[in-house]
Amino acid sequence: MRDFQVQAWLLLLAALLSGCGEVWNNPYPTQDGGRNILYSAFTERPKHLDPVQSYSEDEAEFNAQIYEPPLQYHYLKRPYALIPLAAEAVPRPRTVDAAGRDVPADSPRVAHTLYEIRIRPGILYQPHPAFARDAAGKLLYHDLKPDDLKDIYSLRDFPQAGTRELTAEDYLYQIKRLAHPRLHSPVFGLMSEYVVGLKEFAETLKAEDKALADSGKKNAWLDLSKFPLAGVEPIDKYRYRIRIKGRYPQFAYWLAMNFFAPVPIEADRFHAQPGMAERNLTLDWYPIGTGPYMLTENNPNARMVLERNPNYRGEAYPDEGEEGDRPAGLLADAGRRIPFIDKVVFSREREGIPLWNKFLQGYYDFSGISSDSFDQAVRISVEGEAGVSPEMAAKGIKLEASVGTATRYFAFNWLDPVVGGQGDAAGRERAKKLRQAISIALDWEEFISIFANGRGIPAQGPIPPGIFGFKAGGAGINPVVYDWADGAPRRKSIATAKKLLAEAGYPDGRDAKSGQPLVLYLDTTDRGPGDKPRLDWYRKQFAKLDVQLEIRGTDYNRFQEKVRKGAAQIFVWGWNADYPDPENFLFLFHGAQSRSKSQGENAANYSSPEYDRLFEQVKHMENGPARQALIDRMLVILREDAPWSFGFHPKDYSLHHGWVANLKPNHMARNGLKYQKIDAARREKKRAEWNRPVLWPLGLLVVVLAASAAPAALGWRRCEQSKGRAA
Amino acid sequence: MPIVLWTDALVFLLIACAIGSGVYVSRREYLLASWRRVGESRAGMAALTVLAAFILVGLLDSLHYRPRLEAVAGQSANGFGTEVRSALDVLLLPLKAATEKTYSAPLATHLYARETVELPDGTQARVFPRLKHGGVHLKDPAQDRGRDVARHILRGLVLAVLAGLTFAAIALQAAAVRWGVRWPAAWRRIRRGETRFAWNAVLATLAVLLLLAGPVVSLAGGYHVFGTDKVGQDVLYLTLKSIRTGLVIGTITTLAMLPFAVALGIVAGYLGGWVDDVIQYLYTTLNSIPGVLLIAASVLMMQVVIDTHPDWFATSAQRADARLLALCLILGVTSWTGLCRLLRAETLKLRELEYVQAAQAFGASASRIMGRHILPNVMHIVLIAVVMDFSGLVLAEAVLSYIGIGVDPSTISFGTMINTARLELAREPVVWWSLVAAFAFMFVLVLAANLFSDSVRDAFDPRIAGRRIAPAAQGQAA
Amino acid sequence: MIAYIIRRLLYAIPILVGVNLLTFALFFVVNTPDDMARMQLGIKRVTPEAIQKWKAERGYDRPLLYDGTAQGTDRITRTIFFEKSVKLFVLDFGRADDGRDIGHEIRTRMGPSLAIAVPVFLLGLFVTVSFALLLAFFRATYLDFWGVVACVAMMSISSLFYIIGGQYLVSKIWHLVPISGYAGGVDAARFLILPVAISVVAGIGSSTRWYRTIFLEEIGKDYVRTARAKGLSEMAVLFRHVLKNAMIPILTGVVVVIPLLFMGALITESFFGIPGLGSYMIDAINAQDFAVVRSMVFIGSVLYIVGLLLTDLSYTLVDPRVRLQ
Repeated sequence: MRDFQVQAWLLLLAALLSGCGEVWNNPYPTQDGGRNILYSAFTERPKHLDPVQSYSEDEAEFNAQIYEPPLQYHYLKRPYALIPLAAEAVPRPRTVDAAGRDVPADSPRVAHTLYEIRIRPGILYQPHPAFARDAAGKLLYHDLKPDDLKDIYSLRDFPQAGTRELTAEDYLYQIKRLAHPRLHSPVFGLMSEYVVGLKEFAETLKAEDKALADSGKKNAWLDLSKFPLAGVEPIDKYRYRIRIKGRYPQFAYWLAMNFFAPVPIEADRFHAQPGMAERNLTLDWYPIGTGPYMLTENNPNARMVLERNPNYRGEAYPDEGEEGDRPAGLLADAGRRIPFIDKVVFSREREGIPLWNKFLQGYYDFSGISSDSFDQAVRISVEGEAGVSPEMAAKGIKLEASVGTATRYFAFNWLDPVVGGQGDAAGRERAKKLRQAISIALDWEEFISIFANGRGIPAQGPIPPGIFGFKAGGAGINPVVYDWADGAPRRKSIATAKKLLAEAGYPDGRDAKSGQPLVLYLDTTDRGPGDKPRLDWYRKQFAKLDVQLEIRGTDYNRFQEKVRKGAAQIFVWGWNADYPDPENFLFLFHGAQSRSKSQGENAANYSSPEYDRLFEQVKHMENGPARQALIDRMLVILREDAPWSFGFHPKDYSLHHGWVANLKPNHMARNGLKYQKIDAARREKKRAEWNRPVLWPLGLLVVVLAASAAPAALGWRRCEQSKGRAA
Repeated sequence: MPIVLWTDALVFLLIACAIGSGVYVSRREYLLASWRRVGESRAGMAALTVLAAFILVGLLDSLHYRPRLEAVAGQSANGFGTEVRSALDVLLLPLKAATEKTYSAPLATHLYARETVELPDGTQARVFPRLKHGGVHLKDPAQDRGRDVARHILRGLVLAVLAGLTFAAIALQAAAVRWGVRWPAAWRRIRRGETRFAWNAVLATLAVLLLLAGPVVSLAGGYHVFGTDKVGQDVLYLTLKSIRTGLVIGTITTLAMLPFAVALGIVAGYLGGWVDDVIQYLYTTLNSIPGVLLIAASVLMMQVVIDTHPDWFATSAQRADARLLALCLILGVTSWTGLCRLLRAETLKLRELEYVQAAQAFGASASRIMGRHILPNVMHIVLIAVVMDFSGLVLAEAVLSYIGIGVDPSTISFGTMINTARLELAREPVVWWSLVAAFAFMFVLVLAANLFSDSVRDAFDPRIAGRRIAPAAQGQAA
Repeated sequence: MIAYIIRRLLYAIPILVGVNLLTFALFFVVNTPDDMARMQLGIKRVTPEAIQKWKAERGYDRPLLYDGTAQGTDRITRTIFFEKSVKLFVLDFGRADDGRDIGHEIRTRMGPSLAIAVPVFLLGLFVTVSFALLLAFFRATYLDFWGVVACVAMMSISSLFYIIGGQYLVSKIWHLVPISGYAGGVDAARFLILPVAISVVAGIGSSTRWYRTIFLEEIGKDYVRTARAKGLSEMAVLFRHVLKNAMIPILTGVVVVIPLLFMGALITESFFGIPGLGSYMIDAINAQDFAVVRSMVFIGSVLYIVGLLLTDLSYTLVDPRVRLQ
């Protein structure tokens, strides 16, 4: 009997041990192992998937794989270049005068610019119930009664789906949707300045919407195709034309964004049926596109799944790239049909730590390094080049680094009496010296090394590298803050800054007249538990000049309100490019964009007539030496006036496992999934290797439980026995 | 320039209250008897000794001032720095000032991360650089460190023993004089626990504390005993600074809630009728809102008030303090309901007792009856609630800080420490010391508070034991 | 009995109105409708017109509590408070500020929340009551003493430590369960084992101690002595008499919690990435989504009131002497 028990235990133990080869902590269904699935994570639930409203990067992560605007950015080439996506070619703008005659682009008589876009024939939409037709060719789901929706909770619950060829009308319909009275397009304001007739169109729609509501049909479908929009016209089935007021060369970049992607009228009508919105069956939740992937599972609380669109026409992998792309193996698949990956699973990961640990265990294929917890992964080598740390390299983890098209900065509010540019000439001069002194004292190199783990390059001006107007080397440095020494920019000494401070009227950080210490106020939204070190660092920088810094941490709304009212003195902010054009950065200083005066994007409220004049010139110029010369002049003004302490251009590092191929960061295009490739068999092997369950703790637990139960059992027995005797 | 922060003022008020009630109690034999029972509890007195050590640290950290700026040549010095320091900071100045660049392990002599340094021969290499402060006195750290650490520990132990002996001698002398016996006899009594007051527990705990503190103090002179954090601050310094935050949250919150709970509870129970209805309505309503949401909304609201009035606060320490105070008040407002209900029930019972009826018959006013007859008779419930809530509140602070509705990030607290430290667990090799240090200190503090509250409860009312679920349970249960 | 329940439910209405007013006041002091609009519309290129439109669409352009410009009852009804709160009473939660249906969201998130809360509740109750009985059985022995010491020690450890430590050891070092995530169906077990185990362990200390005192109090009573004098074994005394009579105090604490299980566990859910109502609440607080917060508060209050009612009703089941009027 005893022997049998021992044997049984041994058998059980052996069974447990033999299970070692298997992984226990796989968060995905076991049957998915070895399949051609890419695993990724998202932290914030996407708010809008409607291409008219979606504007943030985490939404583009999904939308860019689904919607196909006319143009896209080349995946490999740098500087960023526009290439056709759904269009046959990148449209050449035609400039015409008021009478419609062609005029040269630089002519003062230019009244309109025409963009004629020709899309490829034969592009099909993803399968979608909005296209489903019955035998007679009538749309199946366009006259649904409330009862028909009874068991419908998602689009998958519709038994039938259909498709249709993409036409130019679909693009026009989407442009009209920008002005839809019930949607909020973040670019409507901007576009109504440029697209002819868009503003009036919006008024028409508003009136129509009100008429609908007054007639008791609130939220009934608003058929945009019934109303003409002057600025857009169809030419034929595959061609359409957009008319732009004056000149706006940057418009081509907008054509690569989802605001100009096609939306079929059927889908809009389908989703506008009564009962749809109540069931979350909206375009904002279910994108419908022609791209390589389609959204098949939409559960923003847990996971989003993209699957290959069976109707996708197929594109060829690019066959040329930047220098260095070929050795890096990025061109190995040149000319092959994309996409390579069948399915992409995005899991919601709210916390950074699980995300990072799952990446290390091989359950995520890549991980952006955004949080501080990731700094162990990256090691800055002697040359200042980043590489993965030895531990990571041993796991086959690779690093992609690129300088983002963004700028982080310290802004000085131009309206502030101490640091701003108002008041009399002497006062302005003093404030300027103060700003310059602070710009020198703020040691962004140190900031980058402590808080960004070297993930960034100090900014010499607003324009980040990779964008026209940026100059590398000695010619591009900010002479107010840096000296060019030994082939590298060197921050000026604190002594220089102190001298400027003294000239500004604050020797040793005291007001020369009153002797009171100079106290400056920094507004920031950094007030989470992890932000303390950063705040300490800011204080330390000002302390170098003996200037006292008071930090006012506020929540985001309060912060925005202060900035909007021009009540903040100094604040930290950043700007991400919409498109790779210097105008997108230089307009941040345009007087007419002042945040507190006209709710624009010039948060520092900087104003300089000379700068504004140059900006008006530069705005619509083609890239070239003439534009560069003007930009150089603008930068001189900015550096001298120092309305910002130009912080740094953050570098984006992303880590990925060795089994992911064809990965190259692209800050403009988010539709990179279709180029990527994974080696699922290798991933399977590595996962098993990295995740062997450790079983002795379980054994220990059993032993401990048994051991702690023993005295209780003994005591129990003794107690019962004594009772027995006593009785 | 001395500065009295709001919480400082309240802490001192609390101490004044404690002393006042101490005097009050010492004049009344029946109250004193209960306290004697507390004094007899060994666990309770050991815990009290530990608590006293924490409170001492907390009090030192509550004496704040702004240092005067040094005079600049040719000018009168008339400014004060914006940094607010406390007496504890002055004591710990060597620790506070000894910041390294980034992480270093406990008692380390080198940084925890490699750095590129230029070697004397002009080449560069990636090495673990020496710390600027930790173990800087060692010539050859690899060889000397072990011996040096041992020497420091030994010195610390010797100091601890000396200090312990001195203290014991004073205690013995006092005891000997009191009991009119010689030292050996007094010692024997104490050792065998033949005293009414648990002197042996106090002395033993004190000895343990000293034996632990001695080496730490001795080592802290030359090393970072608990290592350093991400920006190179000494973790020992941070944990010591956290103590005050924990104590403030644990005590001021109850101070803030007491007036509500006591006044409303007694009034509701005594007066009954519509007053009772209104008060019951009030606390049922408050209770039925999920606690976290109520706290979150209130904290956000206070933060807005603080944000929109930057001119109220001269320094960021004052702003942070305002937030801490707000947090205490909010926790108080959300947690008075439990005690209020208990007091109402007790008052209902007391109201029917003969002596109250007698007072009513004599025509005493309601307020007089409530103040003179009922209040003193429910004080034991209040006392038990106060000591029992303390530990729950200290724990709740950490949880609230995690959700982002706790103390200001610039306030050093156990919650903020744990929050930053938990990110470090994901590092490879793992940085465990700040997490462990914060948890260890917090554990000791809460454990001591729990043990003490147990003995207070047992002494005053064994029946009421555990009937209350601590209000912070909502945070804990999460 | 029915009359009693109805009366109690009627009492609930003023309480719910009060709850709504309070949340409303708290949130609108913090958050003007403008703030909410900005939060939802994003950072870039937000025009004042867009904010106006957003507010108008969601009815946030009305006055908060009282509309002086309107006529008659419209003065009260055409306000944000009235429009946003009244519908709650018929459980119409409306849409979140990002346009999604709150009712649907709550229904889908309830499952994961319950999947973690119910096992924790049942298992926790079972484990702690058994421990407490054990300690009561061995009262005044070393086992009891050390058991209580262990309880106090376990109570003194922050719940964060259990979670952080458990996740670190079990998931990261030992690879026994997935670090975080959730799946429906049978797969859920893999994700739930650790959070459930951790939550149960974290609750053992305080609950065991509490139940132990209740049992000891009962054991001290006369009827127990009588039962023992009858010659009943200690086991029989404990289970048949003490446990049964200790039910009332246990019920007071326990029943009120049952409905609140729906609300989910805030910290556990967000640490383990479980898409339940707890994490919904944290998200809503962070996103300052008033519509969601208001709905969650409302549900929480309703459940709390239901819990109080259930407590009263359960008394009658356990103790026939209690009559409800």
